[in-house]
This record gives sequence, structure tokens and C-alpha cells, in this order.
Amino acid sequence: MSSTHGKIYWTAFLVIIALLTVAPLVLPEFWRRFLTEILIWGLLAMSSDLLIGYTGMVSFGHSAFFGLGMYGAAAALLAVKPPSLGLAILYGLAGSAGVALFVAYFSTRLRDIYFSITTLIFAQIFYVVIFTWTEVTGGENGLSFSRPVLGLAGIYTVPFTTTTLHWFILFVVALSYLLLRRITQSPFGMVLQSIRENEARTRAIGYPVERYKMIAVMLSGLFAGLAGVLYAVQNRFAAPDFVYFLVSGEVVIYNVMGGIGTLLGPIVGAAFFLGLREFFSRVFPYLAAAFNLPQIAEFPYLIPVGVIFIAMVIFLPQGLLGFMRRWLNE
Amino acid sequence: MTAQPLAAPLISVEQIHTFYGKSHILHGVSLQVGTGEVVGLLGRNGVGKSTTLKSIMGLVTPRSGRVLLQGQAITNTPAHKLARRGIAYVPEDRRIFRLLTVMENLRTGLDRPEVGEARRKELLDKVFSYFPRLAERRGQAGGTLSGGEQQMLAIARAMMLEPKIILLDEPTEGLMPRLVGQIGEIINALHHEGVAILLVEQNVPLTLQASQRVYFMEKGMIRHEAPAAEVKIDDPVVRQYLGV
Amino acid sequence: MSLLGDIPWDLVVIQSINGIVTGMILALVASGLTLIFGIMEVVNFAHGELFMLGAYIGVVVLTAGGSFWLALLSATFVIALLGAALQIVTLRPLLGRDPLTTILVTFGVSLVLQNYALWQFGPVARKIREPISGHFALLYLQYPWYRLVIAALSAALIGALYLFLRYGRYGVWIRATTQDRVMAEAMGIPVTSVHTAVFAIGAGLAAASGVLFGPLVGVNHTMGLDWVLKAFIVVVVGGMGNLGGSIAASIFISLLEAYASIWVSPSQAIIFSSLVLILTLLFRPTGLFVPTPK
Repeated sequence: MSSTHGKIYWTAFLVIIALLTVAPLVLPEFWRRFLTEILIWGLLAMSSDLLIGYTGMVSFGHSAFFGLGMYGAAAALLAVKPPSLGLAILYGLAGSAGVALFVAYFSTRLRDIYFSITTLIFAQIFYVVIFTWTEVTGGENGLSFSRPVLGLAGIYTVPFTTTTLHWFILFVVALSYLLLRRITQSPFGMVLQSIRENEARTRAIGYPVERYKMIAVMLSGLFAGLAGVLYAVQNRFAAPDFVYFLVSGEVVIYNVMGGIGTLLGPIVGAAFFLGLREFFSRVFPYLAAAFNLPQIAEFPYLIPVGVIFIAMVIFLPQGLLGFMRRWLNE
Repeated sequence: MTAQPLAAPLISVEQIHTFYGKSHILHGVSLQVGTGEVVGLLGRNGVGKSTTLKSIMGLVTPRSGRVLLQGQAITNTPAHKLARRGIAYVPEDRRIFRLLTVMENLRTGLDRPEVGEARRKELLDKVFSYFPRLAERRGQAGGTLSGGEQQMLAIARAMMLEPKIILLDEPTEGLMPRLVGQIGEIINALHHEGVAILLVEQNVPLTLQASQRVYFMEKGMIRHEAPAAEVKIDDPVVRQYLGV
Repeated sequence: MSLLGDIPWDLVVIQSINGIVTGMILALVASGLTLIFGIMEVVNFAHGELFMLGAYIGVVVLTAGGSFWLALLSATFVIALLGAALQIVTLRPLLGRDPLTTILVTFGVSLVLQNYALWQFGPVARKIREPISGHFALLYLQYPWYRLVIAALSAALIGALYLFLRYGRYGVWIRATTQDRVMAEAMGIPVTSVHTAVFAIGAGLAAASGVLFGPLVGVNHTMGLDWVLKAFIVVVVGGMGNLGGSIAASIFISLLEAYASIWVSPSQAIIFSSLVLILTLLFRPTGLFVPTPK
């Protein structure tokens, strides 16, 4: 990385972090929460970029990792009183790691489309299990619990406010980004990218490709699980809806819209998608009232957003940040 | 190097440059085939002979230059339209439809709206008289035929299109000598019917015997052209462009 | 021996018939999906939505006073046209690109279609009335004739598809294009149009299944989701692109789930079929019902 590149990059990074830190102080409550949600979904999407953008494996199973992180945290927060943040994170990561190991073992032998379909089926298996195992998971209704406090029990604790929660989540997401960046630029990351470019050749050179893929899936699953923990902490409930494969599909949409292989792209993609969601959810009722067309008041936001997504796959497959891909990876 | 260009060639290829991705395969290839003429295209492996045929057939589009059929530009015309306009292609590895029967393979060329019942029967009878082995095996799947029979089927299938020209890519490759002779006879028979043939081959004697003119190709360019009758097998030209 | 005595044989008989009935419908859905994949390597995520929209068109026609058979025909025809339009607009531009982009695009299409149905028809499920009422005695149950009729109709449609592919002129075109796209083109077959036609046929078959299946369950905008997953399992287990395989796999998977439902709830039955999928992918990835890997 050349030094001017480095200077620009880190300056931009710090500026953005500063903006995100200040934002909750000036934004109204709704947008504060909205921004925090973008960070959480962005983290989830970023975790899947490790597989999609860097290893070339399109996973439709991230809803399972996310969900297990969420339910794992829920378990910790319900089982241990007073609810402990550290324990929630631990349980959540353990849960998602377990799922990731399972998925990794079975699916890394498979290529391309077969891998994607298998991850999808796995996500659905977990959904069904969570949905029907009502005694443990609360079934359809999910679980609700109270938010833990920030800090170490017995030494110093302070309850979260919306703002401090946002800062905590920003901290975790930013740290995750830096970690993932380090991983993708490491020799390990280089091997992953080589697998993406030409798996056969990488194997021929002598790399144990399956093992690398498994580790990639596990890492990806861990960060996805972390996103699940954050979600649980922020919203204080866990529900099976988040494990449904459509959620995985949306995550892939964030990745593609933002630009795969950039790590930041997925976060931008999540912001873009969620922003469009808010926009269209308001625009249609407004137009319905303005032009007296009540039937379009309920027009689903996913129709125009879906069309935009399709158009982007066809005409802008590199995504919003695609043009920066090289630059972001140096 | 060149003889006079033909007055009204059936196929005219003018300075085409064809790429596969970033690889520059054809560096300005020009050649002509007259109506009913058998023209040979000789050269070592990898010089671009197959690519030339594919460029004519529209399976690959030249980045520059032109391909003309009876004076009309067909450079960008897709292959399926050219097949209907009279260009038939017999590729290097035969590529018959392995899971279709012999009859079904023939039907892919025969089932054209302009071909009536009577004409269909005529064409089938003709092709089966050329290739009696295929008649015997008409209900068999293409993949169960021997190499030689598959080659016959590939040529028969092309004949179903009632083409003005057949692009034949290395028909004798991997065939026993007896079958090589049969290929030569078929080319002659087609020539007598007025079908033009652009024959890509490494078998020099067969090519010289069957063709009226031959081109010699090297590294993506035509280097030499001569009437077949004037080229002897031990010609230095032959050794230069085909010798190992 | 007592284990055998524990098996509720009467339920097994009933579930066998149920399994075959759903299996035939699933086969109809899956055959379209496998045909599309076989010829153009497209994994059509929106297939379940074509099924669902077919059922809704059935509802619309029936509500307007048409007969069930008119509903079946209209749905098939209209959705076939929709399929052709979708293929031309969203899939043709992707020719030559990474096949995973087709999953993405068809996923986007499925979201749009699903939400359109939600907006157009609302969240409440609709009912399609059975065209043939009446039951016959099956053990201690009154088993509706209609279920056997749909199984027979599905089988008939699949049979018609098979005959078309085997003996029809355009059937030969489709099979040739599936085997060797380049040579098919060199033989004068308009491959791009064949792709569109096959997509339309697959869509039409999905729509027909939707109408046939309508009377068994409520018609609702999410009904496609379950089917798309099952259809994927079937297509992989049966061997992608293998028509006979996906029919066999459909019956197999449906019977498996039907028997499993004796002991577990139907929503959990999918775990069993998923297990079969996993085992197939691990040990016979080209398909359980394919004789030898090609």
C-alpha cells in the first residue's frame, strides 16, 4: 500500500467513523435506530462478503448463522441473571460457530450452484427446527429478554442508552471491519482469493482447498453470529423469522448492490437497500393520498426495490462500490 | 503468392482478425471459395484453421474484416441463420448429438419448413445411399456409433441442410486408412453435385487429390495459395508449412 | 416383531396415496425446473412464484364464472407468456455471464412476483373449488376422487411433455440444444428462441401445477416458497437436467415426507428430504436416479 493511498484511506475511515459517532447525537430517535440497524445488517452482509467476494462461494445460509447468534445471546441473557453482555457474546458466537462447522463440513465439498442450494436448504432446516422446537426456542413467538448492561459485572456497569448502544455497536462493527480487512489481506486471504479465481489451479499447487474453505465458512459464520448477538442486544427479542432463507437472500442482495469483494460495499448495500425500503414505504402512501389512489397506499416496497436489484445485476453487476474494489483492497 | 481473385466467389473472407478473449488468433486472413469449388486449407496444429471456419460459420465473430456470402456481408450473422442460407459446418470432433438417434441427428438439418414430404424422402434416400451403414443404424443413439460412423453421420447431417458449401474440419483425423479413402470419395461426389467445400486437413495427399486450390496457413495468416495440381507432395512449400 | 406391529399400516396406505398424489404435482413442477436448468443452466428461483401466480389466475377465472378446466388452460397459457417475457427481459442479457447471476436475478424476480401477488390479492388465502366432488371409501376414510384425478392429470401432462420431447419436431430441437448448444445453432436451430420457449413451457407447467394443487390447500402469496425448496431438492436428487430422474425423485421425496408425517408434523418432514439431499450430494452428486455419472 503506497503511503498516499494509506493516508487517504485512513483519513476517510476516521472521518466516516467520526460522522457515525456524532450522528446519534443529532438524529431523531427513529433514524438513530435506523442507523444502528444498518450497522448490524452491514456487519452480517460484510461477513458473507468474505465468502462471496473473496472465496467465490455464494452462501444462502447466513440467516442460520445470524439466527443462532441471536438465539445464543438470548439463551445467555435468559439463563444467567443479571444478564451479562460478555456471556451473551460468548454464547452467540458459540452457537453460530457450531452451525458454521456443521455447514462447513457438508458444503465445502460442493461447487458453485450445489453449494448455494445446500446452504439454502440448511438454513431452512434450522428454521424448521427453531420454529417447531417451541419449548427451547419459543417457536413462532420467539424469545424476549432484557438488555444487558455495558461493562464488567462487579467492576463497573452502566445501562445502555440508545446512544451508547449505538457507539458500542459502531465499535464492534468497525473492529470487525478492521479484522476482516486484515484477514483478507493476509496470506490466508490471498489463498482464498486464489480459490475464487481458479480453484483447480489452487488445488494443483498443493493447497488443501477444502480446509481453507471450511475456515472461511467458520470465520464468516462467526462474524454473522456476532451480528445476531448485536441484534438481540438491541431489540431484546429473538424470532425465527430471521432464520428464514429469505433473510439470507436479502443479505446477498446487500452484497451485490454494494459491491462484492470490497467489505465496505455490503455495508453500503445494506444502507442503500434499507434506505430504499424507507423511501418507498413512505412514498406510496403519500402518492396515494396526493392523487387519491388508495389502492397504491399499500404497494409493497419490495417491488420497486426488487426491480432495482434486478437492473443492478444486469447493468451494474460490480455494485455501487465496485469501481473502488481494487483501491479498497490495497 | 496469390492467383487472380475469383470473379464471383461463393465465400469471400477479407482480412479478418479473430480473437478468443485476449488471444489474437487470426491476423488478417483472406481467402475465397468459388461456387462448387473444393478448396483446401493446410497448416500445422494451432495456426487458426478451425478458427477460420468458425469465423465463416458465425460461431465466433471477427473483430475486424468481412465475411461475404455471394457478395453479401455475413460477418455478424448468427450461425443458425447461415445454416439456413446454405453454409454447413462439420466440426473437428464431429460433435454429433450423442443422445439423439441417427435419424434424429439427421432431422435437425432436415426439419426445415421449406422441405416438403417428398423432398425429405429424397434427401434421406440420397444420404443413405452414400452411407448405407447409417441406414442400418438409423434407430441407434449417436453415441453408440464408431468413430468412422460418427464422421459419416456428421457429414450426412450437414448434407441435410442442402448446403451451398460445407466447411469440413479435419474429417480424416483418427480414421483408418480405408475410411480416409471413403472420405475422399464422398468429397468428390459432393463436388460433382455442385457443393463447394472448404476442407481443413493435415492429410496432404488427400487434400491435394480432392481440391482444386489449396491455401497454406501459418500463425494466423494465409501464406501461400496455389492450384492443387501444381503442388507436389514433396514440394518444399509443403515441408515449410506442414513439416514438423 | 412388535416394531412392525407398531406401524399404523392403515395410515401407511393412506399416506402412500397422498404421497403419490403430491408426488405427481411436485413432478410437474420439478420437470419444468429441470428442463430449464438442463438447457440453459439457469436455476429458476422464481419457479415457485410462477406456480403461485398460476393458482391465482385459476382463482380469478373461477371467480369470474369460468370452469375449472378453463382456469387450468388460462393459467397455463398466461404464465407461459409471462415466463417468456421474463426470460427475454431478465435472462437473455445474462447470457455468457457467471451462472450464479441467474440465481440472483431469478431471486429478485421471485421477490417482485411474490409481493405483487400480496398487493394484488391480499394476505388472506383464497380457495379453488374442486372440479370433481365425491369420495370413495378408502379404509375408514372418505377419500376424495379429486385427488386421484389431479394425480392422473399431472401424469398425463408429464406424459405429454415426454412425448413432445421424444417425438415432436421441436422436441428434437430442444434435446439437441440441451446437448450441444453450439452445434444445434450450426444446424440452423434458433437457440435463443428455443431457450425462451423452454422457459415458457416450464412456466406453463408450474402454473398448471398451481391450479391443480389449488383445491388441496389455500391459494396464498407464500405458497410458492415451500414448493421451490422441495423442487430444488427433487431436481438435485433426481439429477439436474434429468427428466426421468426428477419424476422418480419427486415420488420418492413425497412418499418419504408423507410417511414421515405419520410421526412428525408436516413442517418437520422437510428435514427428512433435506437429509436425502445431503446424502445424495455427498455420495452421488450427479443424482440418485441417474444410472452412471456422465
